Amino acid sequence: MEADAKKPGRLKMDGWIFFLVGLIAALIVGWMVFPLLLYSEKSQPLIFSHASHGPESDAGLDCEECHFFYEDGTFSGIPGIKKCMECHEDPESPLSENSEEVKLFTDYVGTKKEIPWLVYARQPDCVYFPHIAHVKMAEIECKVCHGDFATRKVPPTYKLNRLTRYSIDIWGRNIAGYKKNTWDTMKMDDCADCHKRKGKENNNACFVCHK
Amino acid sequence: MKKEENSKGNRYGMVIDLDKCTGCGLCTIACASENNISVLYDESDKTRNIAWLQISMVTNGKEFPETEVVYIPRPCMQCDNPPCVPVCPATATRKDPNTGIISQIYTRCIGCRYCMAACPYHARAFNWFDPLFPEGMDRYLSPEVSPRMRGVVEKCTFCHHRLMRAKSKAYAEGRRDLKENEYIPACVEACPTKAITFGDLNNSEHTISQLIKSPHAFRLLERLGTKPKVYYMSTKNWLKRMADNYLTGEFK
Repeated sequence: MEADAKKPGRLKMDGWIFFLVGLIAALIVGWMVFPLLLYSEKSQPLIFSHASHGPESDAGLDCEECHFFYEDGTFSGIPGIKKCMECHEDPESPLSENSEEVKLFTDYVGTKKEIPWLVYARQPDCVYFPHIAHVKMAEIECKVCHGDFATRKVPPTYKLNRLTRYSIDIWGRNIAGYKKNTWDTMKMDDCADCHKRKGKENNNACFVCHK
Repeated sequence: MKKEENSKGNRYGMVIDLDKCTGCGLCTIACASENNISVLYDESDKTRNIAWLQISMVTNGKEFPETEVVYIPRPCMQCDNPPCVPVCPATATRKDPNTGIISQIYTRCIGCRYCMAACPYHARAFNWFDPLFPEGMDRYLSPEVSPRMRGVVEKCTFCHHRLMRAKSKAYAEGRRDLKENEYIPACVEACPTKAITFGDLNNSEHTISQLIKSPHAFRLLERLGTKPKVYYMSTKNWLKRMADNYLTGEFK
């Protein structure tokens, strides 16, 4: 009796081992290898430190100094090289010993070329996002969507999705799509969730955020 | 006139005075360049070309001394009871609850063209080809309007991006409400005879809400019950009859 029962049991066990090995291998490929292949890493043209420009630094600039609104309500976004040159004008007298500042002078200020920043929050072409409606009217802080950039010394690595050509910050750095903070993901669902939470369901109509 | 649906919020509408329209076509050009409308490889193929605003010519069919010609510019009617919306299997088109404008989301559209079949005004166009912008023209594209890809349906949006632009400006000035004529579509702005009036039908202070009460105001195919928000004005009775699509001798 005992031997009879053992034989099919052993066979069943073998099957489970193959299944488990296959499952684990597939999970590793799906959750670890594929994300590595999906995203290519890029670095910003300059290591810009928000911390040494922001309100609590020596420079002591307010956020609105560089990221301001135009009179017609449009948002300036990332400042152009002209804005940098308001302070970093004279290549003979750099403001610091920083090698990145030297790079700024030789590569961009000297040639008056715009810095090709990689934008983490770049949305698809069909999206219309008015900063003024959120920042001025709804009084939402920058970091609610962008994270606490103002105190960053080094910009995060820019990871480009090879298929969609968007930054990883849209989907979120967690491949499972799990978010802890409001700024972890920047998908349409996140906009819709926030509108809903704040009782602005009418703003989830298509033609509010699409163009 | 009784307020129709969507009595809360705005209901943007248009009145086109056909007695003032000369059929010059400037509105169609303004529309096409404002909204990044691409050109065809063969623009003479009128079954497949794209126009958000089209001008039709109608006559009263009489002999010379009595002949009358009228040009009818036809944007999307932005119906209050839109036939195109319920047929969309992808929810790519909806009536906006805030403005009454019928939205069309190109990235959501699957190109089945049910909406085109449903629209009695032929206001929708299908992208049969990849968008083509001749060299140099691509530099004139507006960043405020998303260009469409092959395989999706597009239509007039009452220059919705201009509403967004006007709103941003109002926010910058600390206002939430828009003044009259702060938001007008490109065709309205371009019209040299000022035949087109644009505004909020729900706002009694806007000229348009008075104009639609005129006995000369009518809408196209009113009997279908689509309740368009684009009104026409004309003193010509034969035109009013034609617009409602009566058969000869059907009533009377």
